[in-house]
Amino acid sequence: MTEVAAPITEIRRPDLSGKRVARRYAAERRFRAYGLTAIFIAVAMLGLLLVSIVSKGYSAFVQTYVELEINFDAAKIDPDGTRDPAKLAAFNYQGLVNDALYAQFPDVTERRERRSLRGLIGNSAGIELRDMVLADPGLIGTTREVAFKSSDDFDTFVKGHISRDLAEADRRVKDQEIAWIDALEADGQVDVRFNTTFFTTGDSREPEQAGIWGAAVGSFLTLTITLLLSFPIGVLAAVYLEEFAPKNRLTDLIEVNINNLAAVPSIVFGLLGLAVFLNFLGMPRSAPLVGGMVLALMTLPTIIIAARAALKAVPPSIREAALGVGASRLQTVTHHVLPLAMPGILTGTIIGMAQALGETAPLLMIGMVAFIVDIPGGFTDPATVLPVQIYLWADAPERAFVAKTSAAIMVLLTFLIFMNAVAVLLRKRFERRW
Amino acid sequence: MSAVEVQEAQIAHDLHKVVARDVNVYYGEAHALKHVDLDIGSNEVTSLIGPSGCGKSTFLRCLNRMNDVIEGCRVTGQITLDGEDIYDKSLDVVQLRARVGMVFQKPNPFPKSVYDNIAYGPRIHGIGAGKSEMDEIVESSLSRAGLWEEVKDRLEKPGTGLSGGQQQRLCIARAIAVNPEVILMDEPCSALDPIATAKIEELIDELRQNFTIVIVTHSMQQAARVSQKTAFFHLGTLVEWGDTQELFTNPRDERTQGYITGRFG
Ligand SMILES: Nc1ncnc2c1ncn2[C@@H]1O[C@H](COP(=O)(O)OP(=O)(O)OP(=O)(O)O)[C@@H](O)[C@H]1O
Ligand SMILES: [Mg+2]
Repeated sequence: MTEVAAPITEIRRPDLSGKRVARRYAAERRFRAYGLTAIFIAVAMLGLLLVSIVSKGYSAFVQTYVELEINFDAAKIDPDGTRDPAKLAAFNYQGLVNDALYAQFPDVTERRERRSLRGLIGNSAGIELRDMVLADPGLIGTTREVAFKSSDDFDTFVKGHISRDLAEADRRVKDQEIAWIDALEADGQVDVRFNTTFFTTGDSREPEQAGIWGAAVGSFLTLTITLLLSFPIGVLAAVYLEEFAPKNRLTDLIEVNINNLAAVPSIVFGLLGLAVFLNFLGMPRSAPLVGGMVLALMTLPTIIIAARAALKAVPPSIREAALGVGASRLQTVTHHVLPLAMPGILTGTIIGMAQALGETAPLLMIGMVAFIVDIPGGFTDPATVLPVQIYLWADAPERAFVAKTSAAIMVLLTFLIFMNAVAVLLRKRFERRW
Repeated sequence: MSAVEVQEAQIAHDLHKVVARDVNVYYGEAHALKHVDLDIGSNEVTSLIGPSGCGKSTFLRCLNRMNDVIEGCRVTGQITLDGEDIYDKSLDVVQLRARVGMVFQKPNPFPKSVYDNIAYGPRIHGIGAGKSEMDEIVESSLSRAGLWEEVKDRLEKPGTGLSGGQQQRLCIARAIAVNPEVILMDEPCSALDPIATAKIEELIDELRQNFTIVIVTHSMQQAARVSQKTAFFHLGTLVEWGDTQELFTNPRDERTQGYITGRFG
């Protein structure tokens, strides 16, 4: 052998020096720290939001009541003793409440003072008494302790949102009224109870009579329409585009347009709804039916995009396997692809529905941003929705609506949590990905 | 076509289950399979051999039109099954695939139970009416694929939870459960140990009584053991095909010679 050995190319082994390892560890630690910081910031923001909402809103879930001794004087209510319901209903029961107040505070005789004394009790008191008497005429002639909702200022004061230390001129509750409230409290006539009214009534100009139920029902009806329209249409469109449509210019164009649609400001959908559903088709104004249709238009692109992504994520080998044993394309989709894509589709749907639940702008144009007292009984009744209710209360001048606003936000968040829980549950059921 | 050619074609159709004439496959611009003429005899095992990427899977997928689902894939030429053009417009692909079953190169069980993996095909084709009949189909299919003993206690467990080799045998069982006339197998033993491989080879030999089988394999020993006919592909062309014995002992083309002696591949 001669010494002309080919130059041995140097073999470069991996660099295993401690320095490299330390650098790698440091990079990993740094990354972990960034991640934790990010999570901390997100959680802190969320916590701040929740704390501020709950601390402002919790007091709306209770209501101050004042117990008064009411004398159902037969001579006044039913002088002829006929117990005729029409006559009983016509009587002015507010007078009984006033009498009770005057009896409690006999020193108050001046007209202006008397008026502010009457103002302690919410002005639904007379109606409540009338309903009591109509339900049970036997009350006439007796004397009873009856609890009435206090006025909103009284309520706010008792809940501590109006400070005694403020100068009288800056305070909605004057010294005189505070003295009365203190007297009533000393007698044990003031009672803070769970506010059922808030969960059972619709909106009202009087804070103590305003409730969230109308808006909640409105939201429910609206979202029902939205879901019924957007889910089937969205899934069918996505399945067709993803599994059946030939890939050509036209489908590309459709895809681009759907993606664009997802970015269109929601108010535009409202304008469309106004022009098409209300003006052209003559559908009713302020109705959950129309609101649901408008929101469905807005939700559709979200669902289509999410569903297409979910369908794309199903491995092609599953389709081949099904086609290979002689399944038709439709069977392949319905038996194999769609069930596997369902968790993703549901996630997208819930995201879309959650967006729709919080939407106000498109509803503005079709008259759902309105003061509506009655609880909607159907899809064509005038209704409003939760975010609109929040907006209306946030805009109201009375101090007591501040708490109601936050309480309404809590109800909206509860709705959202409920929806997400349903989504998680459904996902768990479908997610048999093995 | 001249009269003689027509006559020859007629004879080919009479003698063979599947006849491919001048088959070309394009993936977009790429010409993956070039002018392939191949006859596949009834109740015979035909093996396709050749270096990786030469178009064996592509040709196999032409035979049950699985290439239809690949975006941009184009097939020209003529392939007949029992004298019927399978690319004819009037032919129903779903029926074709019920007659020509397939075992894919990568195991692809459904994300369902072992039982449902097997029962799915018979169910959609209306085979096996009652529960007991279906149980029977499932058991016999799994036994023939040599998997019954291993999975009989876990029929309700997911098919995707089996080992790679078990999954491949599950896919074989799934394919034979619908009793197709032709079974296409793309490297069915690539993930199996020698014992399981021997079982599959036995199965193939047994299936030959009732089925026509086309198998892609990288093992020349396997091709020699199981097949009556062998076709050698190279760079998208069918270099030569004929009796397995003949091809391995006396190759006509030097590329074949090179491949089977291990000089390239
Ligand atoms: N879906 C596809 N799209 C584009 N090109 C493809 C596709 N499938 C296969 N090809 C190309 O066609 C040629 C033949 O591929 P094919 O899968 O038939 O090879 P093969 O003989 O089965 O190889 P192997 O033994 O590795 O499985 C290859 O060059 C490959 O890159
Ligand atoms: Mg292959």
